[in-house]
Amino acid sequence: MPKGKDSSNANDSRFFTTQKKGELHELRMELHATEKQVKVDAVKKVIASMTVGKDVSSLFTDVLNCVQTGNIELKKLVYLYLINYAKTQPELTLLAVNTFVKDSNDPNPLIRALAVRTMGCIRVDRITEYLCEPLGRALRDEDPYVRKTAAVCVAKLYDIAPDLVAERGFLETLHDLISDSNPSVVANAVAALSEIAEASGKDVMKISAAVLQKLLAALNECTEWGQVFILDSLAKYTPADGREAEGIIERVTPRLQHANSAVVMSAVKVILSYMELMGSSNSDAIRALTRKLAPPLVTLLNSEPEIQYVALRNINLIVQKRPHILENEIKVFFCKYNDPIYVKMEKLEIIIKLVSEKNIDQVLLELKEYSTEVDVDFVRKAVSAIGRCAVKLERAAERCIGVLLELIQTKVNYVVQESVIVIKDIFRRYPNRYESIIATLCDNLDTLDEPLARASMIWIIGEYAERIDNADELLDTFLETFEEEDPAVQLQLLTATVKCFLKNPEDTQDMVQRVLDLATEESDNPDLRDRGFIYWRLLSTDPEAAKMVVLGDKPVIEDDIFKLDPSLLNSLIGQIATLSSVYHKPPDAFVVRRAAGTGLGGDEDDDEDDYEAENDVGGEDLLDIGGMGISDGGLYEPKAPMNKVVGPEKSNGIEVHAGFRQLNGTIRLEMDIQNISSQASVHGLAIQLNKNSFGLSPASQQIVCNPPIPTGGSGSAAVELVVTPSMLAPMPPGQPANPQVQVAIKNMATGNVFYFAVIFNLDALFSQDGTMERSAFIETWKSIDDRNELYGTVSDLPPSNVDIESVINKFKGYNCFFIARRPVPNAEGQEVVYFSMRTVTNMEFLAELTFKQGVNATKICLKTEKAAYAPLAKAALESMLRA
Amino acid sequence: MISMIMILNQKGDVMISRQYRDDVSRAEADAFRLQVIATKNTGTESPVKRIENCSFLYTRHLNMFFVAVTRSNVNPALVFEYLYQFIRILKGYLGDDFDENAMRNNMTLIYELFDETMDFGYPQNCAVDVLKLYINLGDVKPKDEPAPSQLTSQITGAIDWRREGIRHKRNEVYIDVWESVNLLLSSTGVVLRNEVTGAVQMNTKLTGMPECKFGLNDKLVIEKEGQRKPGVEIDNCTFHRCVRLGKFDADRTITFIPPDGEFELMRYRVNDNINLPFRFIPAVQEEQGNTKVTINLKIIANFSDQLFATNVVIKIPVPKNTSKAKIKHNFGRAKYEPEQQAIVWRGKRFPGKSECHIQADVDLMPTTRPKPWSRPPISAEFQVPMFTSSGVHVRFLRVYDKSGYHTNRWVRYITKAGSYQIRI
Repeated sequence: MPKGKDSSNANDSRFFTTQKKGELHELRMELHATEKQVKVDAVKKVIASMTVGKDVSSLFTDVLNCVQTGNIELKKLVYLYLINYAKTQPELTLLAVNTFVKDSNDPNPLIRALAVRTMGCIRVDRITEYLCEPLGRALRDEDPYVRKTAAVCVAKLYDIAPDLVAERGFLETLHDLISDSNPSVVANAVAALSEIAEASGKDVMKISAAVLQKLLAALNECTEWGQVFILDSLAKYTPADGREAEGIIERVTPRLQHANSAVVMSAVKVILSYMELMGSSNSDAIRALTRKLAPPLVTLLNSEPEIQYVALRNINLIVQKRPHILENEIKVFFCKYNDPIYVKMEKLEIIIKLVSEKNIDQVLLELKEYSTEVDVDFVRKAVSAIGRCAVKLERAAERCIGVLLELIQTKVNYVVQESVIVIKDIFRRYPNRYESIIATLCDNLDTLDEPLARASMIWIIGEYAERIDNADELLDTFLETFEEEDPAVQLQLLTATVKCFLKNPEDTQDMVQRVLDLATEESDNPDLRDRGFIYWRLLSTDPEAAKMVVLGDKPVIEDDIFKLDPSLLNSLIGQIATLSSVYHKPPDAFVVRRAAGTGLGGDEDDDEDDYEAENDVGGEDLLDIGGMGISDGGLYEPKAPMNKVVGPEKSNGIEVHAGFRQLNGTIRLEMDIQNISSQASVHGLAIQLNKNSFGLSPASQQIVCNPPIPTGGSGSAAVELVVTPSMLAPMPPGQPANPQVQVAIKNMATGNVFYFAVIFNLDALFSQDGTMERSAFIETWKSIDDRNELYGTVSDLPPSNVDIESVINKFKGYNCFFIARRPVPNAEGQEVVYFSMRTVTNMEFLAELTFKQGVNATKICLKTEKAAYAPLAKAALESMLRA
Repeated sequence: MISMIMILNQKGDVMISRQYRDDVSRAEADAFRLQVIATKNTGTESPVKRIENCSFLYTRHLNMFFVAVTRSNVNPALVFEYLYQFIRILKGYLGDDFDENAMRNNMTLIYELFDETMDFGYPQNCAVDVLKLYINLGDVKPKDEPAPSQLTSQITGAIDWRREGIRHKRNEVYIDVWESVNLLLSSTGVVLRNEVTGAVQMNTKLTGMPECKFGLNDKLVIEKEGQRKPGVEIDNCTFHRCVRLGKFDADRTITFIPPDGEFELMRYRVNDNINLPFRFIPAVQEEQGNTKVTINLKIIANFSDQLFATNVVIKIPVPKNTSKAKIKHNFGRAKYEPEQQAIVWRGKRFPGKSECHIQADVDLMPTTRPKPWSRPPISAEFQVPMFTSSGVHVRFLRVYDKSGYHTNRWVRYITKAGSYQIRI
């Protein structure tokens, strides 16, 4: 920091003095001052207030005025302010457009770039159009700094208005920039294209042989970040054959020597992904590569702890995929005393994965060392690791048990308990081999106070009851506190006692009776009761069968060390150097992507929300009208599900079929009327509805049948319905809503009145504005408690009804709006589709439909706060699917 | 990519933040404060935290949290490297141990740096020297500010770490080879882990755009040149971005155009044939009844008697309930330091080939519930000037420039203790 700064009172903290009344006014005066320094200071004060969260948006025009300046510092400050408040003041931001356009023509490239960068950050719809012209120019600017800024700006624009980007040909321009002479421009062009490719799901990167050469050439000259962008995009490319893969690997390998760990890890990803393609014929080359990969990976462990953590999570995947790479490097994963715990835990995982008969002795010494450390979680993991080594390496099991026994001698409570837990696993892996140590375990019964440890010990006692002289006594001591035990312990106690009884019936008759009583009569736990009853029945009807069931051979447990599913592992290898590889989850498990172009929904604070909401609705409406105009013919028009509701015997000769539907936004009750035996023709009806669960009532009570329906003829009539709260039937809480709507009809010709009930299909109530922002949908989905979820399966659908596209289209006709669809991870051919519905009474329903290719059925999951109406909504979805 | 960078203080208040994308808001800061900072587990829990579908990647400087927030599947190494670089940049501007106050005093500067080093969540130019050319504390312009177009070509150029037209009266290069030797010795004296990580630091004061070629006694190079001299087997090296990696990969020559001033040219790692500067022979006995511990430690300096180690600090851990320790030693100073739970021996100068004995009788206070002592390892800190544990030395540095000037070179070597631990 230059000397004298502090003393001259030039630092920014003086701008943080508390705001007094009238200060805004004062600031405003200063912003209009003629002296430049006063202005600069005033804007700084405004920004300081903004930083601490004060609302200075009322100064918008005043700050904006300052942008008319040749002073780049002042310009930067004003732009900074603009970015922050443009969202709340979109009207006013329009005033700044001129400045942007002017600045994007400034002779100073720094100012041109500043204008382009800032314009892109202002995510106001109306500005985007003005943005295109200067952006197009900036992409071809003579100055590389402007071009590299413009390249990123295309990605920004794509986020707001993807169509505009395509329309203006910016994608092509961006693609041309891959061949730019300046490496920074290339880097940002690659970054922007990758982002657009991911957002759109289209291959806008289009790596051809020529592009590939350009990328590889740029790799040598780019900044470190640029190298990462290029490597990450190479990783998504699939080489034509092994030769090409090998060629690219050769060009990428030097990156392993870069000082920036991100470059190294991205290079590792490319190499590992491409290695797959090299094929087994090329085993020499693969072996050579394997050797080259180890040292840089080891070097990553000398970095800062955060990088170590990321590297270790990745190495965890790498050693599962290609164990040879690090098979001789186990020592580098030994923990240092002062490593952060999160690093130690990950190192331990890798040690277990690399342990072999060659290094087990060394590993055991290490693990024993760790088990004396201070951090309880780490110690327990170390102890449990010893057990996992035993399960993994049969020949070393005895040594592992030896170490565990030593640890038990330390009498450290949690060490003993963890040891007991893993010894149970070892017993299960190698039955009837190490029972000699049971006596030692029994000596430590008192220390076991954790449910899992107690349950494990009880299992051991039950399993080896015949070798433990006083097994029954030991179990008896546990039984004294049966009722206070954890359910897991109770279950084990029950089983162990039964085992004990089957092995030694004479002495344990009383005990088993007591346990069965406790389990079946005293306990409220259904699992325990069920198991108790089963044992009781077995023991009392067929003790031999009981023996076969209870004492039967158990499946041998496997070592679960390589537990990632191979297909998941393969996909994660392609995700090395991403968060996915840190979480060990595929990206779609945690990345919730917004649809491009819907990025305007902010959630900063309340006022903003309100504003955005209005803005969005306006936009949506316009879109919808446009959309309707074009696709009118294609829109599905739902029909009312007509059911017979009354026959001639009750209505003096008139048969009525009735059903509800919505047409052009009005809810209608439609009736097909058959005049079977009424003497007079039916020319008019009067209708009345009883109070119902939906608040429906007829808009007009008179129905005119035109032409009149003569005897033996038929006709139809429709009644427009409206929703009025006064017509809502009172609903008992907790009961599902009654779907029936009771109708009274008076035949005006005869004066005869008859009654019937029609089942209301809820889709007739769905409002046209029931669509939602994707983000709002996600919010709502998450906010609804899982208890308010309803599931169902609709099967035996005609094949054309499970085509997702047509379902979406059809549902739109029902005002059930498509939100998103995505494939189900790890389930080929399965896709889930999300819909939202809102009734005109403002009940919201969210639905998740799961489709599977080739299966004529759909799973429905429905979420709503209005639990009473959920079954109706589900029924509506079902009938919509079948329609 | 990164959606937001925020800097929080110890209490979890956001001091300053910059939002690059709209998919997160300052509300996320609350989630981070409540679920990460408030738990006080920041040292033990992983530095990548997912709350809802928002990922937080964070590191610390003093008691400030530098947090990157994202909703996408970012490259986490890139994020951390950026955060480190950003902290490095702030150090360059505000001094090495800048604190909350310094941050508050330079809000607008930090905003500017946020905008210049990252755009839409993609890291951009992070070279401090170049940034300093056009981002400064506001009012004062550097005297030799280059013309804007020259500046932009430098920011974006292939060689963004050096500007054209640098002149020095005397052309000099200072080379420091720093080695840290890491050792982990088991209580039975078995070497569990032993390696040297080295860094070559340079301070160049060279005119023009000089082309440099640098050589170590790398075994592979020496063998290739057919020389008989022994070389050092270097396991892995990483280089400053000025070094041409393709060239190194092809024939292991290190060529580059250096930045002006100080920078780290390379790091390397050596695993084999390491000369340990110190040997430790410990004997620690806990007496029955948990009342006494006796410690015997012999320290032997293995390096040449022409040299000496400086600032030697050896920490011998003792149990928590130590009441007093009677220490005998033949030189240096030693005392029991309760706050460290260790006997700390300090020596300003430790001559090569000499030995030091430390003998201590430690009395323990009786405790109601005796807890076994975890016996943390003995650790050592030291520096040995003009010594490299790996045996690495600089063979040459050749500087070529059009004008053909003469360059003066100075080389220093220092070995210091990295993590030097001996289990007991």
